[in-house]
Amino acid sequence: MTGEAVLDARLCVRRGDFELDADLRVGSGQVLALLGPNGAGKSTALRALAGLEPLSGGHVRVDGRDETTTPVERRPIGVVFQDYLLFPHMSALDNVAFGPRCRGLSKAEARARAAELLDGMGLAEHARARPRQLSGGQAQRVALARALAARPRLLLLDEPMAALDAGTRVDVRAGLRRRLEEFDGATVLVTHDPLDAMVLADRIAVVEGGRIVQQGTPAKVARRPRTPYAARLVGLNLFRGTAEGTEVRLADGGRVRVHEAHRGTVLVAFPPRAVALHRERPQGSPRNVWRLRVDSVERFGDQVRVHLSGQPPLAADISPAALAELGLSPGEAVWASVKAAEADCYPA
Amino acid sequence: MRGRAAGARHRDRGLRVRPGRAPWILLLPAFAGAAFLVLPLAGLLVRAPWPDMARRVTEPEVLSALWLSLWTATAATVLSLLLGVPLAWLLARTEFPGRRIVRALVTVPLVVPPVVGGVALLFVLGRNGLLGQYLHAWFGIGIPFTPAAVVLAQTFVAMPFLVVGVEGALRAADRRYEEAAATLGAGRATVFARVTLPAVLPGVGAGAVLCWARALGEFGATVTFAGNFPGTTRTMPLAVYTAMQSDPEAALVLSLLLLGVSLAVLAALREKWAFVR
Amino acid sequence: MRERSAVRAHALVAAAALLLSATSCGAEDGRRLTVFAAASLTDVFTELAGKFEEQNPGTEVVLNFAGSSELAAQINTGAPADVFAAADTATMAQVVAGEGLDTDWAAEHGENGVVFAANTLRIAVPPDNPAEVGELADLADEDTLVALCAEEVPCGAATAAATRAAGLDIVPDTYEEDVRAVLTKVELGEVDAGLVYATDVVAAGERAIGIEFAQAAEAVNDYPVAVVSTADEPALAAAWVDLVRSGSGAEVLAAAGFEVP
Repeated sequence: MTGEAVLDARLCVRRGDFELDADLRVGSGQVLALLGPNGAGKSTALRALAGLEPLSGGHVRVDGRDETTTPVERRPIGVVFQDYLLFPHMSALDNVAFGPRCRGLSKAEARARAAELLDGMGLAEHARARPRQLSGGQAQRVALARALAARPRLLLLDEPMAALDAGTRVDVRAGLRRRLEEFDGATVLVTHDPLDAMVLADRIAVVEGGRIVQQGTPAKVARRPRTPYAARLVGLNLFRGTAEGTEVRLADGGRVRVHEAHRGTVLVAFPPRAVALHRERPQGSPRNVWRLRVDSVERFGDQVRVHLSGQPPLAADISPAALAELGLSPGEAVWASVKAAEADCYPA
Repeated sequence: MRGRAAGARHRDRGLRVRPGRAPWILLLPAFAGAAFLVLPLAGLLVRAPWPDMARRVTEPEVLSALWLSLWTATAATVLSLLLGVPLAWLLARTEFPGRRIVRALVTVPLVVPPVVGGVALLFVLGRNGLLGQYLHAWFGIGIPFTPAAVVLAQTFVAMPFLVVGVEGALRAADRRYEEAAATLGAGRATVFARVTLPAVLPGVGAGAVLCWARALGEFGATVTFAGNFPGTTRTMPLAVYTAMQSDPEAALVLSLLLLGVSLAVLAALREKWAFVR
Repeated sequence: MRERSAVRAHALVAAAALLLSATSCGAEDGRRLTVFAAASLTDVFTELAGKFEEQNPGTEVVLNFAGSSELAAQINTGAPADVFAAADTATMAQVVAGEGLDTDWAAEHGENGVVFAANTLRIAVPPDNPAEVGELADLADEDTLVALCAEEVPCGAATAAATRAAGLDIVPDTYEEDVRAVLTKVELGEVDAGLVYATDVVAAGERAIGIEFAQAAEAVNDYPVAVVSTADEPALAAAWVDLVRSGSGAEVLAAAGFEVP
């Protein structure tokens, strides 16, 4: 991260058995995505940043100012909520003008600023529309405009794509990305969809069980996930083990041969398409060969994904033709191989 | 609303799988219930001296009682709104010690016989009442036997309907909108005025109608606290009761008039709401 | 108001109980006398019932108190009364014209029952008499808060007769639905004066003072009593009437504020 962080927060929230403990730092113009399964605590983190959830410890600093105990309505924040929560009894324009009004602008000034923002979002002709007359994508843009209207330093987005249908997501996501790039404050985005995180964020923090288990650029998280959840999200086979040279003894049994030598606790990752399946034991170049059992077979894009159990449990992507040739059905034994060069090994 | 639904079903006939016949175990008591509520009304209509009606409802005493009833019930509703909506908000949106007790106490007028409510008001606001004695001694204000007393008696009895209704609406309302407003910089008062209140407006309206209807029909607390004098405190229900003592037919006429006017007002309000919704 | 509706509810329950007991048990181990009486007679008749049961061992007196006109209506629709005691002669006339009186008794005592007591109006004021009311004319004073019975109810008719006789036009601050409601307003000190019956002033004890006034003589309420034609126990019923008209009956009535002929 470069320069002074706009957001510098340590969030501790305890609620019953659940405990969130997360350090977040986001620089100017940066977008941090909190990626994690349901119940991981990412929405709690967002609410804590907004002041909607009381902290049991830690701090929230924005532009170096301590906002830990600032009431919600006086924090320099803007929030885009999951269902957008546009006020149903107000026009789009009044929704956007709401924040500036509350921050002391006159009605005319607030409306002028709102109109300008809506114009910038390409929504000028929908200014008078009620929220229920807007499409999902339009509503999202109004919600974004509303959140930005009071000129926040910290923008919080809670599952901004969740309310949209699959067909419109691609366009809306691209539009949102463009607008986030124009925002010079810090943005924290909560999502459970890795694609959103990859496209929208500069950095991803993977949240599981109230902790940040991995943090890095989307490319790094995608290539070298550190938990099974993250690996599954980005579609990789991931194993933890102990390396001795180019051989890794896996924690759950089995061995994997890798290309580069390591020592100590490591993670090994390789994509399902790097896995080849055979009826007969394969011979030849240095590779990993395992005798595994077919669990299930499912369609995956134009490939077929075969889930295998044994040591180690794997997912393999093969072509439908290959599947037909192999004649695999659940319960059958099969040989699986992965070239050592395809298995990425990195310290845990 | 119901008419529209019926029309839609009519149009779709043949396309839709028909629901099973309504079971008699529900139909029978339903019809009995409807009959029980409607028959006494029918009795009133049958026994009413129709040829005489127009003359009798335009007698000055009748019109003055009707006018008094309408404006006092409306004033009581306005007063209930001014006091009751904030009270409902307090009960639904804040935590304070004794909140449950306050909530239970607020509904007491629903349970207590209105006559007792009237006596209680006398004990507090009467000439010798806890507060009334000072009002009388310091300002020379006497509340009983004035239209103000009618409004207070009606408010006492009717406001709980509003409070309970609005509190329910507040509890059912999606509080996330209030959170959204707070993140936009709105303080609690602004949130209430610009987000909460518009969201629960239908509930407030329904509560106000119930409150108004209850105030309009108020008898026991009024006759006890406000007394019964034509033009100042004899509202329609009191006029009905007074007439009942000597001329049941006159009481019938008054009752039907009250019924007709209140139904007309409620129907007009409903039309308006249907439009807004 | 409160007293009245309580009495009414009580009367309904009593009537229901009577109907039930009449059909179920009869008079196996004793005789039963059923007396319908005006609500203002509640205390007097309850006391006399004790005396009557003493004098007639094995007899049970069942009392049903309510407004006179209500009782008349009950009797005329078949309620099982032996004796009817009304608060005014007009109500007795309704029963005479309706269900009718016991013919033997009526032939001997009177076709319209016999008057056994009378009630007259008094000005009731709170104990401290804040408006210093001394006579009926003081009630016509603008600044005096006054409660009167509504003209539609019996005490209101008496009130109107008295004020007419006095040549006064008293505009009250409230027309109450019955005499008890007037008394309550006086007792609470919410009004400076009200017109009630002498018996009500006695019943109020120290909570109100009664002031006699001359014109009350113009509005005397006579209380008639009679044996009803539906009486199952005409002899007992006649005995009850005799007790009410006896010296001891007069004593109890006078103590309650009634005038006895």
